[in-house]
Amino acid sequence: MIGFLASRVASAAVTVLGVSVLVFSLVHLVPGDPVEVMLGESAQPADREALRAALGLDRPLPAQFGSYLLGLARLDLGTSLHSRRPVTDLIAERLPATAELAVAALAVAVAVALPLGALAAMHRGSLLDQGAIAFATLGVSIPNFVLGPLLILAFSFALGWLPVSGREGGGSLVLPAITLGTALAAILARMLRSTLLEVMGEDYIRTARAKGLREVQVVAGHALGNAMLPVITLLGLQLGTLLAGAVITEIVFSWPGLGSLTVEAIQRRDYPLLQGCVLVISTGYVAVNSATDLVYAWLDPRIRLAES
Amino acid sequence: MLTRAAAVLLAVWLLLALGAPLLGLEPHRVSLPHMLAGPALDAPLGYDELGRPLLDRLVSGARTSLLVAVSVVGLSLVIGTAIGTTSAWLGGPVDHLVVRVVDVFLAFPGILLAIALAGILGPGIDNVVLALTTVGWVGFARLARAQTLSLKHREHVLAAVALGARAPRILVHHVLPLIAAPLIVEATFGVAAVIIGEAGLSFLGLGVQPPAASWGSIIQEGTRYMLVAPHLVVVPAVALSLVVLAVNLLGDRLRDRLDVRARD
Repeated sequence: MIGFLASRVASAAVTVLGVSVLVFSLVHLVPGDPVEVMLGESAQPADREALRAALGLDRPLPAQFGSYLLGLARLDLGTSLHSRRPVTDLIAERLPATAELAVAALAVAVAVALPLGALAAMHRGSLLDQGAIAFATLGVSIPNFVLGPLLILAFSFALGWLPVSGREGGGSLVLPAITLGTALAAILARMLRSTLLEVMGEDYIRTARAKGLREVQVVAGHALGNAMLPVITLLGLQLGTLLAGAVITEIVFSWPGLGSLTVEAIQRRDYPLLQGCVLVISTGYVAVNSATDLVYAWLDPRIRLAES
Repeated sequence: MLTRAAAVLLAVWLLLALGAPLLGLEPHRVSLPHMLAGPALDAPLGYDELGRPLLDRLVSGARTSLLVAVSVVGLSLVIGTAIGTTSAWLGGPVDHLVVRVVDVFLAFPGILLAIALAGILGPGIDNVVLALTTVGWVGFARLARAQTLSLKHREHVLAAVALGARAPRILVHHVLPLIAAPLIVEATFGVAAVIIGEAGLSFLGLGVQPPAASWGSIIQEGTRYMLVAPHLVVVPAVALSLVVLAVNLLGDRLRDRLDVRARD
C-alpha cells in the first residue's frame, strides 16, 4: 500500500509540474505585447517598462520560469495587477465560497443519484426506470447557464421562494447547488444503474437470494458495495468538471467564489490573478483525482495488490 | 421514434444554420419601439432589448454554433487522430512524451482551460475555435492511441509491414478504417460538448462579439430582462438544450449501432 501511495503521489507531482508549465506559458500566449494589452495603448513608455520589470517579463524565459517555480514553492503566486494585493490572499478569500458550493452540489448529486440509480436497476424496464434514463439524458444536455436562469425564473421570480443571487443565508445556496449538481446527478445515476445491473447478474447475488434474503438486503448489503467502485472513480473524475462548472454557475448566481474571481481577472486583464486561479483549480482537480485513486485502492484490494 | 425526432430536429438546425443567408433575416435590425415586445407577425418569437427580432437572432446563433462545432470537432478529430495513431505506432520516447502531454491536458478541467485561453487570446469566434480545439484534440488523441495500440500487432498489420508498406500507408489504409467507429462516436459527443462550450464562452462574454449572435450571448443578455421578458432566456435555452439533447441521443444510438464499448 505504501508503494502504491508513493507512486500515486509522485505521478500527481509530475502532473502538477506540467500543469504549472502550461499555466506559466498562458501569459506568453497573449497576442502581441502582454504589457500593452494590460495597460492599454495610451500608456506611457515608462509605465510599460515599470510593469514589465515588475512582472519580470524583461528577463530571459528560463529565468522567468525559474523564479515562477521558486514562487510556487513558497506558495507565492505573485501580486494582482488590479488590487495590488497578493494573489494568494485574494484566492484564500474566495476559496471557502467555492468549496461550499462544490460540496453542496456534490451532496445534491449523490442524494439524487443513489436512490434513483438503485431503484431504476431494481425495477428494470419499469416506468421509474424509463424516467431515470430520461433524467440522465436530459441532465447532461442542459448546461449550467441554461438551467440556472430557468431555476431563477421558476423559484425566485414566479414562486418567490429563494433569492435570485448572492451568498446570504442558507437559502441562497439551494439554486446554485442544484444547478451545479444536476449534471453530476445524471451521470452518476446512469453509471450506478448500469453497474448495478451488471453486478446483479453475478453468482454471489444468486447465492444471497437463495439464502432467502429480501431484495432490499441483497441490493444494499451485497450488490451496492461492488457497484459503487466505478461510481466512486467517476465521482472523482467528475469533481474536476464540477469545479470548472462552478465558474459559470458562480457567474449566473453572482456567487463570490473562485469562479467569479477567474472571470473578473479575465475582464480586468489581471494575468497574475488569472494564472493563480487556474493553477489552484487545476491543482485541486489533480489532488481530488489522486485521492480517488487511493480511496479506490483502499476499497478494492485487487487494485493495490496488482500494482504493488 | 425518439431517434427519428432527434434526427429531424438536427436536420432543421442544419438547414436553418446553412440557409440563414437565404432567408433574408435581419438579426441586427434595431427598432427601439419594439423593445422587449412580445410576438408579432414579422417576429413570431418577440423582440429583444434592442427591438431586434428574436427568431432572426436565434437562427443567426444556430449558424454560429454550427460553424464552431464543425470547425472544432473537425480540427480536433484530425489533429488528435494524427497524434494518437503516430504516437502509438512509433512507441518509445515519442509515445512517452505524448502520453505525458495528454495527461497534463487531462489534468485541466477542459472548460476551465478554454475559458482561460479564450480570456487571454481575447474575444472572437476564431479564438473560441482555437481555445476549444486546444482542449478538444486530447480526447481523440488518447482514444486513437489506445485503439492503434490494440491493432498494432494484428496479423493484417504485420503482413503490411512484411510487404514493405510505409508507416503512413499502414496507418491510413490498415489501421484508420478499424478505429473509425469509436472515433465517430467520440466526435458525435464532441459536437454536443462544443455547442455547450461555445455557448458557455459566449455567455461569459468571451465568444462572439455584439452585434453578432450566439445562443450563449442571447441567454446572457436575456438574463438582465428576465422579470419583464422571460422569453429572451427561455427560447434560446430550449433551442440549445434540444439540439444538445438530440446530438447526445444520436450519439447513444450510434454507439449501440456501431457496437463501441462504453467510453472510459
